[in-house]
Amino acid sequence: MAELWYAILAVMLALYVVLDGYDLGAGALHLAVARNDPERRTVLAAIGPFWDANEVWLLASGGVLFVAFPRALAAGLSGFYLAIFLVIWCLVLRAVAIEFRSHVAEPLWRNFWDVVLAGASGLLPVLFGAAFGNLIRGVPLGREGWFELTLFTSFLPREPVGILDWYTVLAGVFALVALLGHGAAFLTWRTEGPVQERSRRLAFVLYVVLAVLWPLVTLATHAVNPSLLAALPGRPLGWLGLALALGGVVGALVATRRGRPLAAFLGSSAFIAGMLIATAACLFPVLLRATSGPAWSITAFNGGSTTSGLRTALGWWVVGFPVALLYFVILFRIHRGKARAAAEGEGY
Amino acid sequence: MDPAFWHRLQFAFTITYHYLFPQLTMGLAALILVMKTLGLRRGGDAWNDAARFWIRIFGINFAMGVVTGIPMEFQFGTNWGGLSRYAGNVIGHTLAIEGLFAFFLESSFLAVLVWGESRVGRVGHWFASLALFAGSWLSGYFIVMTNAFLQRPVGYAAGPDGSLVLADFWAFLLNPWGIAQYAHTMMGTLVTASFVVAALGAFYALRSIHVDHARRFLAVGVTAGLLSSGAVAWPTGDHQAKLVAAHQPIALAAMEGRFESGPYAAITIIGQPNRAARRIDNPLQVPGVLSFLAFGAFHTDVPGLDRFPEHLWPDNVELLYYAFHIMVGLGTIFIAVMALAAVLLARGRLARSRAMLWVLMLAFPFPYIANTAGWLTAELGRQPWVVYGLLRTRDATSPLVHPGSALFTLIGFAGLYLVLGLLFVFLIQREIAHGPRGGATHG
Repeated sequence: MAELWYAILAVMLALYVVLDGYDLGAGALHLAVARNDPERRTVLAAIGPFWDANEVWLLASGGVLFVAFPRALAAGLSGFYLAIFLVIWCLVLRAVAIEFRSHVAEPLWRNFWDVVLAGASGLLPVLFGAAFGNLIRGVPLGREGWFELTLFTSFLPREPVGILDWYTVLAGVFALVALLGHGAAFLTWRTEGPVQERSRRLAFVLYVVLAVLWPLVTLATHAVNPSLLAALPGRPLGWLGLALALGGVVGALVATRRGRPLAAFLGSSAFIAGMLIATAACLFPVLLRATSGPAWSITAFNGGSTTSGLRTALGWWVVGFPVALLYFVILFRIHRGKARAAAEGEGY
Repeated sequence: MDPAFWHRLQFAFTITYHYLFPQLTMGLAALILVMKTLGLRRGGDAWNDAARFWIRIFGINFAMGVVTGIPMEFQFGTNWGGLSRYAGNVIGHTLAIEGLFAFFLESSFLAVLVWGESRVGRVGHWFASLALFAGSWLSGYFIVMTNAFLQRPVGYAAGPDGSLVLADFWAFLLNPWGIAQYAHTMMGTLVTASFVVAALGAFYALRSIHVDHARRFLAVGVTAGLLSSGAVAWPTGDHQAKLVAAHQPIALAAMEGRFESGPYAAITIIGQPNRAARRIDNPLQVPGVLSFLAFGAFHTDVPGLDRFPEHLWPDNVELLYYAFHIMVGLGTIFIAVMALAAVLLARGRLARSRAMLWVLMLAFPFPYIANTAGWLTAELGRQPWVVYGLLRTRDATSPLVHPGSALFTLIGFAGLYLVLGLLFVFLIQREIAHGPRGGATHG
């Protein structure tokens, strides 16, 4: 049962990163690919109807973590206290920027929110990537199952560790490049004209950078946490994830070149999902790795869950998850086709 | 200082601020559904234009509710790690269900309601308003049920490591305390939305602009306002008070500032609780009424604070007393105001009665105060417990987050929310100035 919920959590988080990832990427890129107000409104029309529903996957994943592994939730969120609030404030500012920008047809107002949107959307992938870096590197969990991390110490991934060090920042940059590429692929698929053309060119460059960074990040990961890659040979899901990621990045590059935007977007989605699945498969059953040694790590088995509680939760999850997917399909169908800037006063 | 102080202040500040928005959107979702239904049944554009105007107001409030709601979920882990670890196996269910069932419904259909009218047609748009109403009221249900577990824990068992586990899902999800609290809360949201709709109708009527819409807003606002103001007091408020009397007698004693036990318990209309002297100063009281309201008979003995050891008293008796009295006092005034307005409305004289219009226009902030005071009553009355009778608030924080970090984020929220509040007032003022003219365009 704990294994199943670990998998559910991984799948929901992967869904979150794939879905919110494209609107984060598009938000961070829009200053570069959309140069005037109608173009910016085209970008907003592409992500506007979706961002909120996409972000719900983060809250729903948090809810699943809460009910399935409360010890991991309590330790993780309180241990990364300051970083979590940076994430929250970025999420708030970004939502306000998207929702309030087009209410006022005033260039200064709109320029201000455009910059806020780009800044918050760009910082979030870095923070998310750094969070994954922290999970891989490990945190100083104590005997009672709590830890406390400052934002930074010496920027070196050794005791006393901070949330940001060269490894977690590298992971953050890797995540930023991946989500920028993902956002560019999404905009190539959903827009036309100059925005599409700029997005297509950027997507290709970003995926080349990603392909170069990938082996570097893998080497660094091995240096920081040798047990992760060592676990890979025995984890078939890890292989599957890696194959998916490799196929995805190659597919995204080829499809972008050949002018097949939907295929490129799917390739970039496959890369993100594959990377997350492979990481989760190799980390299992660890949720929070203790730098002081595996005995104090919080895992799926000591994360505070009970079999009866997880069985109850499965009862509503098997109903709720398909329903949530159904809303998503309805939403995508209503807003299918290329995004066009709405008339003044009518949309994002 | 109490090490939990900054955590409590941050949660109190962020939740109070957050609830300024859902209390309008949940009530307004019901009124928008009424307007959309009238538009569908009567044909023509008038009710649809009215609905479209309120959907724009709704959209701004909803966005504020979403962005101020995100921090609430996270704070269970960041600041209240002790509570999450102790009760996560139970309250995690409702919070996760809310995300999966309600948030997706709301977030998917809000976009359709606000921007999708031309894509989905009349019936589709009506359906979106229904989905949004269902989503927001469902969301409220799961949140209130989470709170109800903290107020009156049911359906749980003690787990192997001392934390709580869920023993009976349906007992937890249908907690009788929670159902009463939900009914009372939702009627409270309708009061806020009704007063806001009526106030804007009154404003337009007094200014003699958008006169036809002013009549519609007044009719919807006053009708719903009378029904909901009544329902807040009886049966929902009455029932809630009886549950408090039965299950949280210390909270009831503190709410009434009742330091001494005894039969023929009085309700205090006004007066200042003096904890040191253990009495109400300058009291204006009606004997027997508290006994009657709490237990149905004038002579029943109602326990006062003297029956309980002081370490079990709510830690802020004075604020709890004032919060409760402000809520009840305002609630009583709401019934009177809406009853008077409803009489004038029924006689067709409301739109010409300038005095009544002035009252309605100026009354809209008070339901916000009453709803806030109601939640203050619930949360202060539960102290010193975070899970009533099981976990003390001081044991519920994240043990390693030090006051410096908590104050840092509290200051951050204060600044951010000040800016958000100014933006909100600016945008709402523009919508009101623009008014509900036909068509979806606005500048």
